[in-house]
Amino acid sequence: MRRKEFLQLSAMGLGALILPGMPSFGREVTPQELLDGGMDVSTKKQLADVALAAAKAKGATYTDVRIGRYLNQFITTREKKVQNVANTESFGVGIRVIADGCWGFAASYKVTKEDVANTAQRAVAVAKANAKVKAGVVQLVPQKGYGEVSWKTPIEKNAFEVPIKEKVDLLLQVNSIAMDGGASFINSAILAVDEQKYFASSDGSYIDQDIHRIYPFFNVTKIDKASGKFDTRRSLSSPVGMGYEYLTATDADKVQGVTTRYKGRYDMLEDVKNATNDVAQKLTAKSVEPGKYDLILDPSHLWLTIHESVAHPTELDRVLGYEANYAGTSFLTLEKLRSKNFQFGSKQVNIVADKLQPGSLGAVGYDDEGVGTKQWDIIKDGVLVNFQAIRDQAHILGLKESQGCCYSQSWSDVQFQRMPNISLQPGKEPLTPDDMIKNVEKGVYIIGDGSFSIDQQRYNFQFGGQTFYEIKNGKIVGMLKDVAYQANTQEFWNSCAAVADKSDYRLGGAFNDGKGQPAQSNAVSHGSATTRFNGVNVINTARKI
Amino acid sequence: MAIITKDEAQALLKKVLGYSKADECEASITASEGGNIRYARNAISTAGDVSTLSLVVSSTFGKKTGTATVDEFDDASLQKVVKRSEELAQLAPENPEYMPLLEPQVYKDGITYVPATAAMTPDSRAEAVAKSIQVAEDAKLEAAGYIENNTSFVAMMNSKGLFAHNLETEVIFSVTMRNEQGTGSGYAARGFNDITKLDTLTATKIAAKKAAGSVGAKAIEPGKYTVILEPVAGAYMLENMFRGLDARSADEGRSFMSKPGGGNRLGDQLMDEKVTIYSDPFNKELPASTWSREGYPIERMNWIDKGKVQNLTYSRYWAQKKGVQPVPFPNNFIMEGGDASLEDLIKSTEKGILVSRLWYIRMVDPQTLLLTGLTRDGTFYIENGEIKFPVKNFRFNESPVIMLNNVEALGKPERSISVESYRSYLVPPMKIRDFTFTSLSDAV
Repeated sequence: MRRKEFLQLSAMGLGALILPGMPSFGREVTPQELLDGGMDVSTKKQLADVALAAAKAKGATYTDVRIGRYLNQFITTREKKVQNVANTESFGVGIRVIADGCWGFAASYKVTKEDVANTAQRAVAVAKANAKVKAGVVQLVPQKGYGEVSWKTPIEKNAFEVPIKEKVDLLLQVNSIAMDGGASFINSAILAVDEQKYFASSDGSYIDQDIHRIYPFFNVTKIDKASGKFDTRRSLSSPVGMGYEYLTATDADKVQGVTTRYKGRYDMLEDVKNATNDVAQKLTAKSVEPGKYDLILDPSHLWLTIHESVAHPTELDRVLGYEANYAGTSFLTLEKLRSKNFQFGSKQVNIVADKLQPGSLGAVGYDDEGVGTKQWDIIKDGVLVNFQAIRDQAHILGLKESQGCCYSQSWSDVQFQRMPNISLQPGKEPLTPDDMIKNVEKGVYIIGDGSFSIDQQRYNFQFGGQTFYEIKNGKIVGMLKDVAYQANTQEFWNSCAAVADKSDYRLGGAFNDGKGQPAQSNAVSHGSATTRFNGVNVINTARKI
Repeated sequence: MAIITKDEAQALLKKVLGYSKADECEASITASEGGNIRYARNAISTAGDVSTLSLVVSSTFGKKTGTATVDEFDDASLQKVVKRSEELAQLAPENPEYMPLLEPQVYKDGITYVPATAAMTPDSRAEAVAKSIQVAEDAKLEAAGYIENNTSFVAMMNSKGLFAHNLETEVIFSVTMRNEQGTGSGYAARGFNDITKLDTLTATKIAAKKAAGSVGAKAIEPGKYTVILEPVAGAYMLENMFRGLDARSADEGRSFMSKPGGGNRLGDQLMDEKVTIYSDPFNKELPASTWSREGYPIERMNWIDKGKVQNLTYSRYWAQKKGVQPVPFPNNFIMEGGDASLEDLIKSTEKGILVSRLWYIRMVDPQTLLLTGLTRDGTFYIENGEIKFPVKNFRFNESPVIMLNNVEALGKPERSISVESYRSYLVPPMKIRDFTFTSLSDAV
C-alpha cells in the first residue's frame, strides 16, 4: 500500500515528491545498517537452488529467483527546516515460473529455505490455476546461463557512506542561498537508492548486482504579494546512475549560456543561485503570443519529450495491446516496423536504446530475467527499425535473443518489459546551440522540463518547461512565460531540422516512469544534444479564476 | 491470516506502549490481504496474491522523532522495535513543527467493511474476469482489464491513551474493449466496498457498446464546447482540485486558493451556486474511515457550499499558528447533484459533446489550477438532444475552478473511480458550457 501511495504521489509530479512525510519503501533502519553487506552471496545461491529445485519438482519448466535488498535514503528540507530523514530497507524473494505453459509469480518477505521452497510452490500453483482459466502459452527465446557473475554501478563515492549531516548541511546551504536571494520558499531534497539484486535461473545463471542511483533537487518559489502571482523554478539536476560524486562538478561539466546547465556532474549551489534569479525574471516576463515558432530544446527539456513520444510508443507490450487498459497502446504497429519505410522523423533523427551507458539510470550488467545488456537502434535516419522486447516477446519480432530490458521495481513485484535508456544521437556535423540560435528568425528556446501530457497512443502531446526565451532574428531578446507547445509525434519529429554535436550531449531522466497494473516505477535516462524543431504550435496557458 | 480483531490489536498495542521510555510514543498496526488479476488480448496475463502485516512505532524525545517498523510480533521483536525507534529519535534532527500527541478521542464505528468482499478468492476473481472475457469474445472485441480486491485493517494507539481502529474492504475493476482494427475503444471502471455490487458482465457490455459506437469518429474543430462529463471523467478532473484544498499553501500564497494581497479564499464565492462538495464517512455509497491519520474524528464537512469556499484543511501545526481549530484532510469527497440521468442531460442539450473518459491529466499552472489532458474511449457529438456521431478525441486545457463556474446542469451522483489513483469518489454527470478543447488527437 505504501508503494501504491508513493506512485500516486509521484504521478503528481516533482512538487509532490518533496512532501515532508515521504513514504518509505520498506522498514526504517539506521544509516549504519544501510552499509552492512546484507546476506552473503553463497547463502543466496543455496536459497536460490532450493527454490529452483522446489519449482522443478512441482512441474515448472522454467524458474527464476530474485533475492533483493532495496535500500533508500530520503532527506527533505524546506527553508531552514529539515522535514524528514528516512532510511529504509526492503528485503525479500520473488519467484517466477512457467508451468503448464503459463507464468506464475509469488513473493515472500521471509527468506529461509522453507519459505523460498513454499514460495516456489505457490508460484507453480498460480501458473497452473491461470492455465486452467484462460492464458496464452509463453514462448521464451533461449538464453544461455552465465554461471556465477557479478556487476556493480561504477561509482566513486557511495552516497550511503556520506554522513547525513553533510547532506543536510548542503541542502540547508542551498536553501539559504535562495532565501538570501529573495525567494519566498524553497524545498530541497536528496534521494539515494541502492538495489542489491541476486538473480538465479534454471538456465544456469547466478548473477549478483549492486545498482546505485542518486537524485538531488530543489524547487524555488517566489511570490509577488501585490499581484498575488507566484512562480517556481526547479533545479536543472537529473536523477543519475552514480554515487555522491554527481555533486562534485568542475568547470568541464558546465554548459554556459542563458543559464548554466550540467553534463556528467552537478553544482547544486550554483544552480540554486541561477534559479533564484530566473524565478524573479519569470514573474515579470512577457506572456507569449500564441502561434507557430521554431523551438530550440535544451537536453534538460528534450529528455521528457523523448520519453513520452519515442520511448513509450516503442515498447512492444504497448504495441501488442497488453497495456491497453492503463497506459494505453501505441500508434506504432508491427506493420509499420515491417514496412521498413515508416518515416518516424526527419533524417537527422537517430534514436538508440541502451542499457550500457555509464551514469545512466538504465545501466545494469544484466536485466531482471538474466539477460546481458546491450545497445540497439530504434530509429535510424528517421525510419522506425526496432522496438523494445524481452524474452517472451522476442519471437514476435523474429529476434534470436532478448534485448534485455526486463525490470521489476522490487522483489515483491513481477518483472516485465520496461524501457531502456532511449536517446537521440547527437548530430555528426559540428554545431553548437549558439550557432543554431543564430539561424532562427522567430523561435522559443526552452530549458528544463515542466508540465507534460500525451494521449494513450502517443500521437498528441503538450509540454511546458522551466524557463522560456524569445528568439528574434537570431538573437535571444528576453524571457517569456505561459508557454506550452502542442504537436503530433510524427509531425514533430519530422520537423526536426538540426541536432547539435556530441560536445553538447547530456542526459536527463526520471525515477518514476510508471506502467503496469498494479503500477510499478522504473528509473530511466534519455540523452540528447540541443535540437531544433521548425514551426511548432505554441499556446498561451495564462487564465484568470 | 494478516487481519486480526480489534481486541487483539488493542492488547498488542498496549503491550508495545508498555515498553516505551520516550516522552511520547505512537504505535500502529496495518494489515492487508487481497489479490489481483490482469488480463489483455482476451487472456489472463498476470495474477498475484498479496498479504502484509506490519507494526510501526514512533518515539519522540522533545521534538526529535524516530520511526521503526517490524513484521514479527513475539515479545522480543516488539521490545526491539520500540528500542530501535528510540535510537533513531536520538539521531534525528529536531522538527520545529512537531505537535504533541492527541488526547483520547471518541470515534463512531465505520461502515467500510463488507464480509462478502473479504471472502473473495483467486477463483472468484477468475470467475469475474471470465465473464468479462466472454463478453469480448461474443462481441468479437479484445478485452484488457484489471480486478483487485483488498481487505485492510488499521489500528493506532498513543501514549496518551488514544485508540482508533478501522477495517475496510474494497474491490476495483476496469476494462478496456477495442476492436481488432483499432478503430474503436470503450472503457468502464467500477469501485465498491461491497463485491455484490460489482457486475463485471454489465460493465464490460457498456465498454463494448462504447467501443462499437466510437468506430468512424469524425474530426470536428477544437474550441469551446458544451460538454457532458460522465462521472469517471469528472472524478479525475476534480481529484486534481481536491488535493489543493489546503489552508497552508493558500496562506503562503502558492495555491489557487490564495487571495491576491494575502490570505486565502475562505468565504469567497469561487464557483457556481449549483456546486456543493462535502465529505461524509457515513455515506452509504461511499463509506470511509471515521478518523484521520492524525487521530481526529471525521464527521460530515462541507468544503464548497453552493459555490462558496466553506472549509480548507488545517494541519495541527498550521491551525495553532493561525489560532484556528485543526481541520483534517477527509477520507472521501462527494459532489452533490440532482435527479437527472445522463440520458436526461443529453436530451436537454442542443449542441454539445459527451465525454466518456479523460486521460493523462497534468497540472499546467497551479496558480489557476489549469489542467491539460485528453478525451478517450468514447467521445460523441450531441445535437438536438441526441447522440449524432462519434468524434475524434480532443486535448483540453481547462481549470476545474473555471469549469465549476460554468455548470449548466448536474445529474444524479454516482460512485466512480479516478483512472489514475484508483480512489473512489461520488460525483454527478456534469453539463458544462465553454469547456476548452485546444487540439485534436488521432488516438483511439
